[in-house]
Amino acid sequence: MLFLDHIYLIPLFPALGAAIMFFLGRKLTKQTVNVVCVGVVVLAFLFACGAVLQYNVWSSNPAPEQFHQPFQKVVYTWLGSGTGHLNFLKQDGSAADFAIDAGYLLDPLSGIWLLFVTGVGMLIHIYSTGYMAHEGGYYRFFGYLNLFMFSMLTLILANNYVLMFVGWEGVGLCSYLLIGFYFHRKSASDAANKAFIVNRIGDAGFIMGMFFIAWYMGSLRYVDVNLAAHSGRFQIGDPIITAATLLLFVGACGKSAQLPLYVWLPDAMEGPTPVSALIHAATMVTAGVYMVARSNALFVLAPTSMKTVAIIGALTAIFAASIGLVQNDIKRVLAYSTVSQLGYMFLALGVGAFAAGVFHVFTHAFFKALLFLGAGSVIHAMSGEQDMRNMGDLAHRIPTTYRTMFIATLAIAGIPPFAGFFSKDEILWQAWTSEGVAYHLLWIIGYATALMTAFYMFRLIFLTFYSKPRMSHEVEHHVHESPASMTGPLVVLAVMSVFAGFLGFPQSLARLVGIHGQTNRFEAYLEPVFAKEAPVMAKEEPGQLAAGEKEEEKTSGTEYLLMILSVGAAGFGWWMAGRSYGDADKGYTEPINAWAPPVYNTLLNKYYVDEGYDYVFTGRRKLGNARLGAMGLGEACSWFDANIVDGAVNASGWLTRAIASLSSWWDKWIIDGIGVNGPAILARALSYPARLLEWGLVQWYALVMTAGLVGFVFYYVYH
Amino acid sequence: MNAMWDISTLHYLVLGAALFLLGVIGVLTRRNVVIVLMSIELILNAVNLNLVAFSRYWQSIHGSLALHGQVFAIFIITDAAAEAAVGLGILIAFFRNKETVNVDEVNLLKW
Repeated sequence: MLFLDHIYLIPLFPALGAAIMFFLGRKLTKQTVNVVCVGVVVLAFLFACGAVLQYNVWSSNPAPEQFHQPFQKVVYTWLGSGTGHLNFLKQDGSAADFAIDAGYLLDPLSGIWLLFVTGVGMLIHIYSTGYMAHEGGYYRFFGYLNLFMFSMLTLILANNYVLMFVGWEGVGLCSYLLIGFYFHRKSASDAANKAFIVNRIGDAGFIMGMFFIAWYMGSLRYVDVNLAAHSGRFQIGDPIITAATLLLFVGACGKSAQLPLYVWLPDAMEGPTPVSALIHAATMVTAGVYMVARSNALFVLAPTSMKTVAIIGALTAIFAASIGLVQNDIKRVLAYSTVSQLGYMFLALGVGAFAAGVFHVFTHAFFKALLFLGAGSVIHAMSGEQDMRNMGDLAHRIPTTYRTMFIATLAIAGIPPFAGFFSKDEILWQAWTSEGVAYHLLWIIGYATALMTAFYMFRLIFLTFYSKPRMSHEVEHHVHESPASMTGPLVVLAVMSVFAGFLGFPQSLARLVGIHGQTNRFEAYLEPVFAKEAPVMAKEEPGQLAAGEKEEEKTSGTEYLLMILSVGAAGFGWWMAGRSYGDADKGYTEPINAWAPPVYNTLLNKYYVDEGYDYVFTGRRKLGNARLGAMGLGEACSWFDANIVDGAVNASGWLTRAIASLSSWWDKWIIDGIGVNGPAILARALSYPARLLEWGLVQWYALVMTAGLVGFVFYYVYH
Repeated sequence: MNAMWDISTLHYLVLGAALFLLGVIGVLTRRNVVIVLMSIELILNAVNLNLVAFSRYWQSIHGSLALHGQVFAIFIITDAAAEAAVGLGILIAFFRNKETVNVDEVNLLKW
């Protein structure tokens, strides 16, 4: 039980690395930085593997407190006393103990996240040693990366919402620091600010969601909340749980870049490419998915929230994918692709297919990290060029990068048997089988998104690796394959992109090749986390449970059809992209531009969402003569803040100060003047005559004494 | 006993009073600490004389031997010796600090 009992060490390893970098990094050589920073993440990865293996053994023990239960390790009570003396009032009027643990929880859900975050994180750390080799601020970069790993692992392993929020904010901070890594570039620092500010909106939702949960359930520990949610005390559709879950989902929208808060993620590509791979593709942006999946017990009690999640997810998926169709910056295409894939994950969560959503997170982490790292390798080869219009014909010049990226593209486009096919198909299938016509609409949106995904990914491949070379001669001369420290992680990730999908091999396909029984190991592994929701869901959809053998065969038929359809879509996207960009030369035309220029311009300008936000919220931008912001929300908020809020602050300050002056006057003149100094002055005044008697000559005292003695003697003798 | 030249108790008392007066005047008027100490010895010896004289007077009235006064005088002599030792010690310490033995220059305790 070494690893499980010391599970808190997993986040602490990278924290140690970050601390070394921040305090001593400036003096260390690059070699030392490599050893320390990569070393701690490798250590964290190995420790994580050990912990998950031990957990699997531990939770297969048939004792009821262990069997399929989450493992908890509370290190100490972090907030509150834990003594029962610090209480808050719950919604029903009873008092609940206010105590937040610095506690860690490991169950299949956090285990999966733990493994791919440390695993992909480790590969990206190794990659960064090659990619950042010639950059300034080397130790700073690795310090931030390690700090990010610490925050992300805290987020994953926390056993309550508050500690999760600590990690949540920590990854937000690291994201800000790393997007603005090239801080001398205005666009980078602007992008960092944008990411931070947009995330604040989501975080406000998260905090309010936590308040609702604490107020309604009396605890913020996952275990307690899940227990309360399963207790049957709450109705399905309970308004407070709906509000809480919707607010949590606002938080998830901010962190996981969903409509309408997705705007920061494409701009976040200003950061170094490994950062985009680690934070803005594979790990941090999936935190929202993790949070919703973690709160699954609450979400299933709120069908409205579930529908919202599904609709927002589907809309985001198609919205971002359509923008990705025409972007020219290689990293921006991938950024919109990430937003779109995150939309898929939320679609899965929203239709109740939590395991499918998590499975897509898992496979996406590999192939999207691979795509970003490959893009980084391309940019490296192109001497910093990111515009695909100036690339082309790189396939045989950087073969390893090309091969691995091609595998990732096959995976994300959903070509079997690569990882993306299984996870994406599972999501689409789950969307299709959900009760209600609206879900078929969601399936159509998902299907269209799949088509677009295939198109823009193969567009990227054709423009970058095939077609005619469009770069300048100088750049062309410099094209070279990246060092082994960069291609190594690419190869490992490519292998994972090929095989990760088989963990969730769909049963319908397994039946085809004559295998019966549970082949979707991934789903089976997650069952303890999500299975308890099944009865709740079943109450809502009684038709689901009564699935006989015949029914199964029928649904299998539909499933095969849908699979063939989605593979067809992927192939069609491939073919379309090849036809349009297969031999694009300098000044090639975009097919969408040729077909409908207004559509092309709208997509190229990202539906003018940024401009709209600027116009509505900040007032920085004019639309014609009008500047809504001048009277609009941003300025109104600013005015309200400056005059009402600050006015109230100043007024209370002024009042405090006036009272303080009065109190000071009273203290100075009445208390000190009369009470304290008064007796002293009196004593001093009385001392003057007494002092006259003391002039210091001993003999005078003796004389006075003698005179007094003689006087007394005479008095008594002659009286 | 009625003879004019007999030495009566009154004579002792007058001598004691004279010695006492000399002592007091010495203490009050002389500036030198050594002389002040010597004057204090005079006062003490005046007291001793009185004690012995009254003891003798008491014996002559009651006709029985009484030595209380004499014994007390011996105690006072002892005491005076100790006092002289301490006083001279203080005096030397004082002289080391101030390089003077005049009492009127010792006036640090005044306001």
